[in-house]
Amino acid sequence: MYLTRDPIDAAALVSRARACDGGVCVFVGVVRDHNEGRATTGIEYEAYGPMAEAEIRRLVNGLAERWPQVRVEILHRVGRLAIGDASVAVVATAPHRAEAFAACREAIDRLKTTVPIWKKEFYRDGTSDWVDPTRMHAAPRER
Amino acid sequence: MNVKLLYFASFRDKAGRDEESRVLPEGSRVRDAWAALASEVPDFAAFPAMPPAAVNLEYAAPDRLLRDGDELAFLPPVAGG
Repeated sequence: MYLTRDPIDAAALVSRARACDGGVCVFVGVVRDHNEGRATTGIEYEAYGPMAEAEIRRLVNGLAERWPQVRVEILHRVGRLAIGDASVAVVATAPHRAEAFAACREAIDRLKTTVPIWKKEFYRDGTSDWVDPTRMHAAPRER
Repeated sequence: MNVKLLYFASFRDKAGRDEESRVLPEGSRVRDAWAALASEVPDFAAFPAMPPAAVNLEYAAPDRLLRDGDELAFLPPVAGG
């Protein structure tokens, strides 16, 4: 399972991933208190659960083909998160640091563009909005 | 044939529902299902292009042929991480 409704324990993920040592690269995404100039109070993450699980599995398998010696663990949280909560953790272990960094970076970059997960930001002024990194379907922003 | 249509995030808000069973003519492709939705939901009709689609939990091309019992979802821009 790559999705969880419970708080992410990055340390537990690291100990689970450390089957082969050498280098362990950890990325933890954390909910910010602002985005694009607006003060935020939290984020609601929503996933197309079964497809997100399948898509992350495909992502992890793709990384294993490209870097056979690298092992990647991914955990993404769904539900309502507060400022400072970890939303995602990626742990890449490899015999050497170069592959660990590269696989970790590739994992989070691809996750952000292919895995069907969405987030609704809640703003301090009481409003909320779905985040659209592409701006493709964004309504004109009110200032 | 019947397909199960799922709506997520902003698309659920625009469509006003999270899932439905929809009857489509035999031979319908993913793009035909989108055209049908766009004709009902003005917000969808305003999109410059068809959004990414998934059939049975995998990304699917616009010309993918749909079959009875397929689970189809059009996906808003993803924003995980």
